[in-house]
Amino acid sequence: MTKIIKKRMLSQVIAEIELLSPHIAKSQKPGQFVIIRVDDKGERIPLTIANSDKEKGTITVIVQAIGKTTTKLNSMETGDSVADVVGPLGKPSHIDYFGKVVTIGGGVGTAIAWPTTRAFKKAGNEVISIIGARTKELLILEQEMREVSDRIIVTTDDGSYANKGFVTDSLKGLIDSTIIPNLVLAIGPVPMMRAVSELTKKYAIPTVVSLNPIMLDGTGMCGVCRVSVAGKTMFACVDGPEFDAHKVDFEGLMQRLKVYQKEEKLSLELLKSWERVS
Amino acid sequence: MATLDKKERLKIPRQKMLEQDPLARIMNFEEVNFGFTPNLAMLEAQRCLLCPKPPCVAGCPVNIEIPSFISLIAEGKFTEAAKKIKETNSLPAICGRVCPQEEQCEGVCVIGKKGTPVAIGHLERFAADWERTHGEITVPEKAPSTGKKIAVVGSGPAGLTVASELVQMGHSVTVFEALHVPGGVLAYGIPEFRLPKDILGSEVDYLRKLGVDVVTDFVVGKTSTIEELLNSGYDAAFVGSGAGLPVFMSIPGENLNGVYSANEYLTRTNLMKSYLFPEYDTPIAKAKNVAVFGGGNTAMDSVRTAKRFGTEHAYLIYRRSWEEMPARLEERHHAKEEGIEFIFLTAPTRFIGDENGWVKGVECIKMELGEPDASGRRRPVPVKGSEYIIDVELAVIAVGNGSNPLIPLTTPDIQTNKWGNIIVKENSTATTKSGVFAGGDIVRGGATVILAMGDGKTAAKEIDTYLNKKGGE
Repeated sequence: MTKIIKKRMLSQVIAEIELLSPHIAKSQKPGQFVIIRVDDKGERIPLTIANSDKEKGTITVIVQAIGKTTTKLNSMETGDSVADVVGPLGKPSHIDYFGKVVTIGGGVGTAIAWPTTRAFKKAGNEVISIIGARTKELLILEQEMREVSDRIIVTTDDGSYANKGFVTDSLKGLIDSTIIPNLVLAIGPVPMMRAVSELTKKYAIPTVVSLNPIMLDGTGMCGVCRVSVAGKTMFACVDGPEFDAHKVDFEGLMQRLKVYQKEEKLSLELLKSWERVS
Repeated sequence: MATLDKKERLKIPRQKMLEQDPLARIMNFEEVNFGFTPNLAMLEAQRCLLCPKPPCVAGCPVNIEIPSFISLIAEGKFTEAAKKIKETNSLPAICGRVCPQEEQCEGVCVIGKKGTPVAIGHLERFAADWERTHGEITVPEKAPSTGKKIAVVGSGPAGLTVASELVQMGHSVTVFEALHVPGGVLAYGIPEFRLPKDILGSEVDYLRKLGVDVVTDFVVGKTSTIEELLNSGYDAAFVGSGAGLPVFMSIPGENLNGVYSANEYLTRTNLMKSYLFPEYDTPIAKAKNVAVFGGGNTAMDSVRTAKRFGTEHAYLIYRRSWEEMPARLEERHHAKEEGIEFIFLTAPTRFIGDENGWVKGVECIKMELGEPDASGRRRPVPVKGSEYIIDVELAVIAVGNGSNPLIPLTTPDIQTNKWGNIIVKENSTATTKSGVFAGGDIVRGGATVILAMGDGKTAAKEIDTYLNKKGGE
């Protein structure tokens, strides 16, 4: 059992959850994730470590309620415990001095981009961050990203806050004004990452994405998270989660994310009807 | 009880365990075999000739004193029989169920040469089950504490055995398991219908009673490295991290939806209990037609699992034939009874997807057996132009496992061979790193539970010797 030390809602559907997990807090590096199982009948889901505190022995994950497990997780409170937290898993982000780096966070992907952005800044890079969301309500970590960036651009698809448009529009704007980054990191929904990748490919800007396929054990044992990169099958849990965006088969990734669409819907509906009853 | 002479013993036919009817059992995930009744066990035990130089003992990788425990069963001393087995094998309820007895003890049984061998596996299982269900499990006395600490990586059969042996020698032992349930392949790989998880649970509880500390959700190599463990107070380490790396076939369409590795298919079912979805949260896909590729126990477990999910046509597609299958004979018979459709001398060449990216068929090619290969089995050779398509909406690849690279990758001074298996000294479990020992599938590649346990026993002795030497320096 792992205790929730602190929980707060960042928006109506996005929670920030701090977990007491000293071993993971000690060994984690930016870009790595944990696998969480909420309760004894729960499934195992991967969540990127957004922050950690070695002294307190805690790690923080940021979760948007989408399916049954994330909904259950977000309904837990400070003092509650989840059944299992294991990690840190995956390869850490490659942190180095690249020069000018643009980090892009879409929706809850901003939580994943945050620790790596912080590390890029610390490594001496000039960091421009672009964060976006569908609407103002889903925009998170603006202040936190601002603190670790030299410049920040905020977008909402519907224009309910800051610039109206997609994160790719802002990136295109930078490139058009001859700000050509040495590296782009893009983390968010697959269509967003694909759009960024297509854009940067045109300008031959090295681009890294962090992939979020379905996972089970998270240690390379089951192969469910396989994704085609440069025509080779890779396991996102051990070979990733970060890959060269220009080599990722996004089509295949999106297709494999749909395997359990029907079952996921059923699970969520059952949970909601149960909540209505009680 | 009157003692029978040899002739009388030979007259008794081999007794069969009671089992679930095939038509009933394909509707559930409960254990197929019910086991022997006490009467059946005593009758079967009387078939043993109690050979003075028993080949069965030599045929057992951990050298259980088979005639001794069998004669105790014949006398009705079931608990004593279990204790006898436990002198050499700490997991008899498991071995009685999953060992390939026909290749080991029973394969060399004297009466098996003319007739059918003594059902040693069934008797082992009976004794262990008797002891467990009659609450007669007692914890043996341990040697006085040595003050030495050993880290065991992985809680599969190798890890559980080495832990049990070392703790009884007076050492302090911590077992680290990456998953949320201990047992390794016994938990995630072997199905409930072959090895009920409460049996595994009670074996692990027994280790805990012995004083073994079992830590789950701890990935050695990630949460802490071997080096960090050795620097934080552990005097030695044993690596039994298994063959947890699925092998795919590198054929087109392998990433289509509905194509599973056997590890994923079995882990969802066994560890995550997806057969109880939606009560349990982990889903699994079901289909009318399912193809499983491979001929080993994992393939058999996968195809029989598929049948239990209501699959109409569950195909087992293997490139060799019935005789060459590495799976346990009992599983093959059970699979046959359950209506598994075997397609031999056939191999897949590509998967075909529908417009939504789901598998809808598999193209196969027929094979013929050529000259024997390195394994001594005749090598399958494709028959040109014999390709044909089988309609399936789900496929499971069970053609083998690689070794899990996590430990070697994070412990550079542990050397591995070209397949990624950890290299150990000849007839030993010592790795190239001082104080680190290894056994089971991470050394052998995909092998059996009992061979992993044999390695665990060897490792325990070697670790004990190593610690004594180290202490004396």
